[in-house]
Amino acid sequence: MTEDYEHYEAVVVGAGPGGAAAAATLARNGVETVVLERGVDAGSKNVTGGLIYAEESAPYTIDGIFPGFREHATERPVTDYYIHNIAGEQVRTFDITDGHEQDTEWADAVLRRKMDSWMARQVHEITRETGGGLLTEVKVNGLLEEDGEIVGVTCEELDPIKADFVVAADGVNSELAREAGLMDWEEPEEWFQGVKAVVDMPGDTINERFGIADDEGEAHLFSGDLYDGVRGGGFLYTNQDSLCIGNVFHLDSIVEEEAEVQDLLDALLTHPVLAQWLGDDYDEREYSAKLVPDSKKAANPSPHQGRLVLVGDAGGQMQAQGPIIKGMNHAVTAGALAAEAFVEARSRGEPDSAGERYERRLHDEGVMAKLRPARYEVASALGENDTTTRLAERALDSSVGRLGVRMADRVGLLERAYSSPYLATMMPDTKTPYVTLPTIIGEELGATVEAESTVELPSLEERIGDLTYDTDVGNPHIVVEDNSFEASGAAVTACPVSAMDYGGGCYRDETVQSNGDEKRVVSLDTQPCVECGTCAIVADTQWEHPRGGKGVEFREG
Amino acid sequence: MHSVVLTKGVPDFREGQVAFDEDGHLERGNTPTVMNPNDKHALRTALQTKVRHGGSLSVMSMGPPGYGDVLREAMETVYADDLYLLSDRELAASDTWATAITLATGLQKLDDTPDLVFAGFKTADGETGHTGPQACWCLDWPIITHVVALDVDEDDSTVRAKRLVEGDIEEIETVEAPMPAFIVADPEFEPTYRKASHRLTLKDLQAETAERAENHEEHLTTWDHADLNLDPDYIGLDGSPTIVSSVDPIPKAPAEREATMVDPDDGEGMSEVFEAMQPFADGRSAAGD
Ligand SMILES: Cc1cc2nc3c(=O)[nH]c(=O)nc-3n(C[C@H](O)[C@H](O)[C@H](O)COP(=O)(O)OP(=O)(O)OC[C@H]3O[C@@H](n4cnc5c(N)ncnc54)[C@H](O)[C@@H]3O)c2cc1C
Ligand code: SF4
Repeated sequence: MTEDYEHYEAVVVGAGPGGAAAAATLARNGVETVVLERGVDAGSKNVTGGLIYAEESAPYTIDGIFPGFREHATERPVTDYYIHNIAGEQVRTFDITDGHEQDTEWADAVLRRKMDSWMARQVHEITRETGGGLLTEVKVNGLLEEDGEIVGVTCEELDPIKADFVVAADGVNSELAREAGLMDWEEPEEWFQGVKAVVDMPGDTINERFGIADDEGEAHLFSGDLYDGVRGGGFLYTNQDSLCIGNVFHLDSIVEEEAEVQDLLDALLTHPVLAQWLGDDYDEREYSAKLVPDSKKAANPSPHQGRLVLVGDAGGQMQAQGPIIKGMNHAVTAGALAAEAFVEARSRGEPDSAGERYERRLHDEGVMAKLRPARYEVASALGENDTTTRLAERALDSSVGRLGVRMADRVGLLERAYSSPYLATMMPDTKTPYVTLPTIIGEELGATVEAESTVELPSLEERIGDLTYDTDVGNPHIVVEDNSFEASGAAVTACPVSAMDYGGGCYRDETVQSNGDEKRVVSLDTQPCVECGTCAIVADTQWEHPRGGKGVEFREG
Repeated sequence: MHSVVLTKGVPDFREGQVAFDEDGHLERGNTPTVMNPNDKHALRTALQTKVRHGGSLSVMSMGPPGYGDVLREAMETVYADDLYLLSDRELAASDTWATAITLATGLQKLDDTPDLVFAGFKTADGETGHTGPQACWCLDWPIITHVVALDVDEDDSTVRAKRLVEGDIEEIETVEAPMPAFIVADPEFEPTYRKASHRLTLKDLQAETAERAENHEEHLTTWDHADLNLDPDYIGLDGSPTIVSSVDPIPKAPAEREATMVDPDDGEGMSEVFEAMQPFADGRSAAGD
């Protein structure tokens, strides 16, 4: 009965920046394109830090694809960029605006619900003209295959749809990429986890506390000893009338340290360095979390198969340039390049060559080189092993090392080093750059922060309680396959809505007694799940997205 | 395709909304009017037809001039193209028969003869379920009632429906009728939109209708009995053969009810609650008939 299925020239799965850029570019070239998004609204499932970058060297920027983007979809441009090295209450701050501005045409703070839903309206209008359009509350749950070839997608809420071109822009937890065997969710080293709070603050107060005007914005980054040795860092970005504050950590480090990620967020929020901005009337609008792929390890150099291409996080294309995080811009570039590849392939009468052409463009335009820099491969091969790390740590922590740090600061080397994207992209993923060096900088060069934090933070229970949630009773989207603590226990602490001694989150650690035996097991209740995807990697689960429109709905993102 | 949905306003019978006088008569003036709940099934059935087959859709109602909100809601629900209100003092106090004659005449007066007319299954005030079938009888069209699924073959000018037959056991039968035809939607009717193109059409309709519903009066045609060329002897109270022999006052709920607080964690207390509720649970199917 497959003849009865509807056919569109292109199906784009996901209406994040990658999907939006792909769909708009396809439709502008006359390709009949339908976009399927599982959220109740575009952006309702998405979380970002988030600064969106327009790179000078990039073949596409978001405002090029969506004129009026900065005016309608963003918060504030980032005009000042700082990094704070923290040791206890001692902080040494560097101004790294120069580094941030290299290859940056502009960078704006964004909230995803506002940004994505604005783009979705544009996308719907553009794609509608081709006979397609954008639909929300539709979850694509698989690839439609005929004789072993991908010919379209299957959906939870719609009949299967056939297409000549399938764009998986379904983000970090791409079920399509996984089904096609183009991505696996096995290795915690390949992922970061981001946890964040959107904090309410009137625009005037932001201007006053940060000393900026309406059309200015700040980015602050934090690293050092405030995270109990977990590798990663914090961020604070100014929006129009709110702040985004959060942490991004290496997932393997969270697991190794058995870190409670919500506590690490609290550690940042209550640190005296934030007290100067937060005051004491702390009002959290939203608590959220999401996984982020580390392109250095996860970007697929050949992200396509048959008619399927992967763009953005689905292809692992999220770049951590040291403390600067670039995912959205790469998703945009990849989406537009994939669309262009299909248009060209179609015009030559070889639509099935779109994937090959897309891969070539990713390489030719220098995107792959940014995502997986060769210098990182070299640096990591040399630096990411226990012996070198131990040696480096010992050297840094010695009196000679500390003297070196002081000297380097005196001649401005540290600030310049932090401002160098070149160095940032080759930074090894060890404790040294994330924890040891910033702590030593804080200790050796920092000044004690005067302010004292008086903020009262919501409990985990309150944070979960405040989330908008369309429960899907009887349809769990996660199934624990092995509930022994050895196999799935890491989820208890790493899940941002669960905690070791807390019974109201998704994962609980329990001891079951049977026949005189005691067994430590993990039980799951997916109700407060924020769909971050963490447990898909750290636990033994069958993980899927909830059905279209169901599950968590982010109002800010 | 041209479809018409018949709808009416009824007193809002929800607790706290409805007002009665001392004799237990309904005080219409003090009770808000809302769309007859069962008409929503008719609207949803008609909408599915419009989405699948296109064409125009009208909503028709007989009632007082103040039916604005009901008509507006109907317009928003089915993204109707136009609204018709049959309204006139002479039409007041019509029973189902007089109403059916009036509606049938209204349907005949339309420039564009309907292919399908949709009606809800009984009203929340009269509960007779007569008006639709009687209007259809006046038109001498085929009628399919208790419709739970619907398919139109435009080339063949036929409508195929699945209908729920409620007897000792519930049974679904499939029937076919030539158009024009009358459709009475069953509350079990669930519209399905499993094609992307259908959902996109719905989105288009929603966008198109937003502004129209805002100014729904501009899309409203009101006809009185003269416009419809109706004989006053066959409409309103004079044209209504139904005689109401008596009205039983509705028993009033006790002003004060005794409430017992039960802690949901108190197992024994909760099982007492379940026991107390058991008779109502058992009688549920009978009450819902
Ligand atoms: C805490 C944090 C901080 C970050 N900071 C930054 C930053 O400062 N700058 C930056 O550029 N990037 C940042 N990122 C990364 C950035 O958010 C991502 O790289 C980017 O969103 C990827 O875009 P995308 O279009 O590939 O996927 P997404 O934005 O994730 O969009 C995927 C879309 O697909 C939909 N979808 C998924 N599955 C299905 C399905 N089966 N059917 C239908 N729809 C589906 C989702 O609902 C979603 O709308 C950050 C991420 C996090 C979590
Ligand atoms: S249950 Fe899994 S996906 Fe959901 S919030 Fe917890 S870790 Fe994230």
